[in-house]
Formats: sequence, structure tokens, C-alpha cells
Amino acid sequence: MQTIFSIAVDALAYGMVLFVISIGLSVTMGLMRVVNLAHGAFAMIGGYIASYAARDLGLGYGFAVLIAVFGTILIAIPVERLLYRRIYGAPELTQVLMTIGITFCIIGITNFVFGPTLKTIPLPAELQGSVDLGFRSIATQRLFAIVCGLAVALALWYLVERTSFGIKLRAAVDDAAMAAALGVKTEIVYAVSFAIAVGLAAFGGVVGAELLPVEPYYALRYMVTFLVVVSVGGAGSIPGALLACLLLGGIDTAGRYLMPEFGEFFFYLAVIAIVCIFPRGLAGRAK
Amino acid sequence: MKRIAMAALAALALTTMSGIASADTIKVGVVGPFSGPFALQGKNFKAGIDAYMTLNGNTVGDDTIEILYRDVPQPDPAQSRALAQELVVKEGVQYLTGFYFTPDAMAVTPLLEQANVPLVIMNAATSAIVTKSPLVVRTSFTTWQTSTPIAKVAYDRGVSKIISVVSDYGPGVDAENAFKTAFEAAGGTVVEAIRMPLSTNDFSPIMQRIKDSGAQAVFAFLPSGPTTLGFVKAYNQNGLKQAGIQFFAPGDLTQESDLPALGDTAEGILTTFHYAVSHDSPENKTFVEAAQKAIGNPAELSFPAVGAYDAMHVIYKMIEATGGEQDAQKAVDAVKGLAWQSPRGPVEIDPETRHITQNIYLREVGKNEDGTYYNKEIQTFEKQGDPGLAAAK
Repeated sequence: MQTIFSIAVDALAYGMVLFVISIGLSVTMGLMRVVNLAHGAFAMIGGYIASYAARDLGLGYGFAVLIAVFGTILIAIPVERLLYRRIYGAPELTQVLMTIGITFCIIGITNFVFGPTLKTIPLPAELQGSVDLGFRSIATQRLFAIVCGLAVALALWYLVERTSFGIKLRAAVDDAAMAAALGVKTEIVYAVSFAIAVGLAAFGGVVGAELLPVEPYYALRYMVTFLVVVSVGGAGSIPGALLACLLLGGIDTAGRYLMPEFGEFFFYLAVIAIVCIFPRGLAGRAK
Repeated sequence: MKRIAMAALAALALTTMSGIASADTIKVGVVGPFSGPFALQGKNFKAGIDAYMTLNGNTVGDDTIEILYRDVPQPDPAQSRALAQELVVKEGVQYLTGFYFTPDAMAVTPLLEQANVPLVIMNAATSAIVTKSPLVVRTSFTTWQTSTPIAKVAYDRGVSKIISVVSDYGPGVDAENAFKTAFEAAGGTVVEAIRMPLSTNDFSPIMQRIKDSGAQAVFAFLPSGPTTLGFVKAYNQNGLKQAGIQFFAPGDLTQESDLPALGDTAEGILTTFHYAVSHDSPENKTFVEAAQKAIGNPAELSFPAVGAYDAMHVIYKMIEATGGEQDAQKAVDAVKGLAWQSPRGPVEIDPETRHITQNIYLREVGKNEDGTYYNKEIQTFEKQGDPGLAAAK
């Protein structure tokens, strides 16, 4: 019984970290219809900025997170205006080629600027160490990641479903020409949602850094994981992504505990099964 | 009279010709990961080579040494073989060296005899490579060599039940076998042996397994880099350290370039390895000074640099012995039994296996006064050969 609880707690923590990192990609792919393979690269930039702010400038963790999110958005805005704007609505292949190219450029630049070694983001005293749950202990940072995941999920759901910006965004996605004719400034809507997606990537990169350490090849190393989460959850669906993360986190964690020698067999088996039954993901919308 | 003139002419011609031959440029080809995710290791190769050539000059006798670098970013046997072939055929290199990954080195061994070129391995750490060709010499270490002494350390510290956790790939399996053999020979039992996929990034479930196994300590092997960081952090955060479960590993886990990231989470971990940058000897002081200058950022210097440094020493000795002529067998024979003071301590090329016999050190991660971390050597296992070859027979 204790083992089951223990696995459940680990699965929840892992799933939420996955969620925080991947949800930005779900937004770009589902709402903006851009296959953004450079998502991990933006997460990595966030991690680097936070690491630089906290380690080299000695700023507090909260400040470092804020600087990381806004710094990454600042970097991303010119990239959006110059490069991404050209590929909205373009065929998937064009998008994939363009964004993988951006990824390689970012990898090269970070490798040159920050060097190939691992970078850590020092945690504040409150997030270090572990909390005793009674039947086991869990790292405080993991609890923090769980809370962040829930907060992000709620805030995004509210933004997309309950605000006028969300309505405009959904309108622009479904029929850009009609939305524009009705007075929605689609360019601005797209730019803002791109900024939100990038900011979420950076946030995820920082919060998830304990699990996925920041180094130049981050963007490529975890690209498959991010894409799997989005395709299983259904692109653009916040509850879908949340469900997918918890499900995949659970399967992965249980598999690793019970039969580590099978590696990621169960993880990918589950992915194949889900994608077979729900080709658009768990909560994907028909086109 | 005519005859004498002819003879004189011939003699003259001979001396000038040999004169040219003795002032040759001797090319040495280095194959390693100089870009991509493992570029740091290639950078260390280069730092070791540069350090050696700065300290010992770029000439042996009258011959000038020229180094040619070829890049294989990731383990890629076909690519590494093609590049080695190109180096031998087009560039005319007399010596091949470098090689970070075992499969890359393995792929090149069949070329050596026909090319008449010795291969001096700077890193690739699987025991069997030296058996693939009589022209292979290795100046690094094997996973068996570095993982065996830690078993004795664990047993001597009162651990009788241990769990082994390794990454599921060649060197990981080597480490598991080496540790198990030595630990059981000492009288302990390995209660469980877990092999994790290389791509694992959440280690909490593994930590739970370690707790549930009832072992007093854990032996772990993971390739250096991001996974190591995750593993060591999970060990701390899941309360294994507080529970008194000791941590033993070969030195790959606490590579100097990873230590700034590992930080205080690694403090107190016991590892055995052939080289620590902090090694206290005049040879090492000279080496570290030169190599840190060569690599640029001192924090990036770690063990592949010393393998490269000693490989250059072996190659210089080979060139000396053959007088710059291309004779692979003679070159290799000349360094069999060669002993010298390396930055890592006294070493010798074993005449039988052509692998390096060296001291293995027990180290503990300690903290410098300036807050940086280093591997502190606390015990020496002298003249360790490679137990891996014996085990394979």
C-alpha cells in the first residue's frame, strides 16, 4: 500500500513538471497551429537566464524566475516578428524545418556563450531539502512544481475560456480572416499568445530544471518528450495536456519502479495505444 | 677514378636523402568528439595534447610533430573508421590517437596492420579493445579497473549488503560486473542489480527501489553529464542520505567539470578513479597549469586531458624509438614496459596487455576554502592492472 502511495506521489510530481514544460508547446501547436520544435530551446534560454541571474548576479529565486520569463519573451519577440510570422499557416514541413533550424542556432549560441557544462539554478532555503509526508519524504521543490503546475493550468484555462482575449484568440485560430473582418487585430493576438507560450516555456525550464538539468543540448534531448505530451493530450487542450501528463507520468514512474530493465517500453506502449484510439489526442478537437 | 666518383656521388645522394628523411614532419591523427554534446571531452583531449607539446616542444630529434584533428561528435563507428582511413591514406599520418568512445576505437582496429599505424587510445574504456589488434596501446583506464577497488572500500567500511544501480549500456554493465565480482570476492552480497535506461531523467522511483531493497549502501554508475546531476540530487532529496545509505561509485560520477553543478549534494560521496585534477605532485602541478591555460576555462579540465597528455608521451617515445621511420610494430614494442611519472602518479604500459598499469585513488568530494568543490584523494591502491581482461577469458 505504501509503495502504491509512494509511486503515486512521484508520478504526480513528475507529471506536473512535464505539464509546466509542455503546456506552452500545446498552446503554440493547438491554438496557433505552429509546430514549434524550438519550444525546448526557449525553455533552455529561460533556464540559462535564471541560472545567470541567481548564480552570477546573486538575485533571489523569485526574481530569477521573473527575469527568466520576461528575458526569454524579450529575446523571442524579434524572433517572432522576423521568422515565425512568415510560417503562420505555412505547411507543417516548412514550420518543422524553420523551427529545427532555430533550435540548432540557439544550441550553437548557448554553447559558445555559456560553455558546454551543466548549469544549476540555486534554490532558496525554503525550497531545499524535503518534506515528510508521513509515509515518505518528498523534495520540497517537487511540491513547488506541483503547485506551479496547478496554478498554470488554472490561469491558462481562465485566460482562454473566460476572458475576452481568450475569445479573440479562439476566433482568430478558427478563422483568421473572419475574425479580422470583425475587427480583431489578429497580428497582435498572435504575438501576445506567442509571448505567453514562450514565457510558459521559460517558466517550465526554470521550474523543471531539477529534473531536466540545463545544458546546451536540452532542446534536442527532451524534444520527443514534449511532443509526446502534446500529441497524447491533444494540441491546444489544457485539460487534455494535464490528463496526458498525469497519465504518462504515472505509467513511466510505475514502470521504472517495478521493471526498470524494460526501460521506456511501457511509456511508449501507452503512447502508441492512446494515439491509436484517440488519433487527435485525449481531448483533441476535430478540425 | 670514375668508380670512385660514382661512389662518392651515391654516398652524397644518400646522405642528403637521409638528411631530408630525418627532418620530416610526422603527422599524428586525433579522432574525437570536438563538437556536439560531448565537445567538452574533445576539448580536454586538445588541452592535454597542447599542454604536452608546450612543455616538451613540437619536435622529436629532427622531426617536427604535426597534429591533425578529426571530429566525430557522437559514437559513430562508420564515420570514425572513414575518418581514420582518410587520415592514413590522404594525410599520411603515422600515428592514430584520440577516441573517446569504445565503438569508435573498435571500428578502427582492423585498419591498423595494413596501414602500419599504431593506435594510442586516449579514453575508450572497454577492456576488450586491446585484444582486437597488437598495435593498440591505451593510456586511459577501464571501467573494470576503476570500479573494482571501490568494492573493497565499501566492504571495509562495514557494508555487507549493497544494491547496484547502473545505466543500461556497455560501460554500465561493465561497472556492474566488476563491482559484483570484487564485492562478492570480498565476502559481501549484491542484493539487487538494477539497470536503468540511459534516457532516465526522474530517479525518484529508483531511489524508492533502493530504499525498499534493504541494502546498506548503493553502488552507482552513470555517464557524466545531466543524468548524473539528476541521480545525485534524487539521492539527497529522497532522504537516502539522511537514512544513512552510503554512496559508492567510480569517478566518472564526480568528474571535475560536473562538480560545480553537483555542488554540496555530492559532498561525502566516495569514488575511485585514476585521476583527480587535485592530485598532489609536482608533475601534476606543471600539467594542470599548462592544461588550464590550453583549455581556457579552468573549471572545464577533467580526466580525458591526462589520458591525452600521456598518449602524447607514448607517441613521442615511439617516434624516438623508430627514429621517425614508419614501423608500427617496432613503435609498439618500444613502449611495452615503458614506465614514467604521469601527472596521475607512477604508470607503466603493461607489456602483455598494452594497457596502462596505474594507481587507483579513493576520493571523497570535499570543499575548498573558496567554496568550490574538488575530489580529495584519501587512499591509494597501487599498481592496478585491468581485471576486466582476466574476467573475460
